[in-house]
Amino acid sequence: MIDLDAEAIYRRFAARVREHVAGRDVRLVGVRTGGVWLAERLKDALEVRHPVGVLDISFYRDDFDRQGLSPTVRPSQIEFDVDDQNLLLVDDVLYTGRTVRAAMNELFDYGRPARIDLAVLIDRGGRELPIEATVVGATVEVPREISVVLSRDQDGRLHLTLEQRSA
Amino acid sequence: MPEFGRHPQLNRNGELHHLLSIEGLPRPILERILSTADSFINIAEREVKSVPLLRGRSVFNLFFENSTRTRTTFEIAARRLSADVFNLDITRSSTAKGESLLDTINNLTAMQADMFVVRHASSGAPYLIARHVAPQVHVINAGDGRHAHPTQGLLDMYTIRHYKRDFSQLTVAIVGDILHSRVARSAIHALTTLGVPEVRAVGPLTLLPSGLEQLGVRVFTRFEDGIRGADVIIMLRLQNERMKGSLLPSAQEYFRNYGLTPEKLQLARAGAIVMHPGPMNRGVEIDSHVADGTQSVILPQVTFGIAVRMAVLALVSSSQRMH
Repeated sequence: MIDLDAEAIYRRFAARVREHVAGRDVRLVGVRTGGVWLAERLKDALEVRHPVGVLDISFYRDDFDRQGLSPTVRPSQIEFDVDDQNLLLVDDVLYTGRTVRAAMNELFDYGRPARIDLAVLIDRGGRELPIEATVVGATVEVPREISVVLSRDQDGRLHLTLEQRSA
Repeated sequence: MPEFGRHPQLNRNGELHHLLSIEGLPRPILERILSTADSFINIAEREVKSVPLLRGRSVFNLFFENSTRTRTTFEIAARRLSADVFNLDITRSSTAKGESLLDTINNLTAMQADMFVVRHASSGAPYLIARHVAPQVHVINAGDGRHAHPTQGLLDMYTIRHYKRDFSQLTVAIVGDILHSRVARSAIHALTTLGVPEVRAVGPLTLLPSGLEQLGVRVFTRFEDGIRGADVIIMLRLQNERMKGSLLPSAQEYFRNYGLTPEKLQLARAGAIVMHPGPMNRGVEIDSHVADGTQSVILPQVTFGIAVRMAVLALVSSSQRMH
């Protein structure tokens, strides 16, 4: 059975991110929703002074033709200039790579970053694009019909659950 | 395939397929348009002012009647969604109704149009087009005769929500030529659908249509009574041609009785906002001191109008894919 203790994975993830950003001025950008929770926690843990950038990639998805517009779309918010900055893109689960591609496309509409790295809590394999994370909390193998879902409870604790994919 | 029954605008799943009128649209659809518009507001502040959502789609602006602001803001909205926009200014060409209108549509459909944005002097023309187009094509009404101007109504709602947050406590006064105004009609349907408890129509008797009470509107012929205590005042444009007939004596007298001046604005609730769909007739329905004053939100209306039109274009395009 796969170990999915989200808090334990997060601690390992945060330590690896700390190592990655040590001595560099890095700005965090979270992908809504799970990536934003993680980026906010990392900001506090690593004492990043810049505000966390928030990306909602709904307008950049490549499956709009099939899926339509997400009913939960909210504004993206990046309150710093991304030009020439080191960005760390944070997401909960890396799977096909399509979300990351959409997120990078959106970031480039804000400006031209010097560098973008990717930090993900879970890498579940199954890539459909040539995209890899710089920092990974845990690598797990999950069958196609299962989704890995990150949630956050009232006390801010993270949970990972495996759910049957809906149609 | 969309069904054209009681709700010619909605597809089988109850999603917005065409936008023809606010009348008959359920509240959740209006709310979804407004909340989707929120996400488009700050795109204009970025280095790249567009998102790739409608890349490769063709939007045809089909204006059988003059309009600068509406046509331009639809064009900006479509371009900010990365759609290809084609403006067909057909006010000068033959605009006979019936078959020739449908012939025009047939020709444009043969050019692979995905969406038609239609302004027409005849009430109902966009409905005729919507019934006629292929099932994957969307029609958006940009103003038809005296009937409806739904995106104006929606941008008015967006503006009110932006400044007043909550519809459930508001008094909204719509002032002027209600009789000929598609803007007024769309605003009234939107306001009542969104739960505004007091919607007022204010104007001279000759410019008030009958049947307003059945729509849940309070009617006032005295301007001062109509705007007293209002949170929102929507001033309508008085079209010059109305002066020529017997409906009104003169522009001066209209301004004396129904023009919004700083003194009269005092009768409204403190912090009331003043709106106008444009273009304004300064000194006829509105005093310049009000139009340019701190309570005027007339220019923000134009800005919000782009985001609201982006939301409408995005949502109708989104509907066809979900069944």
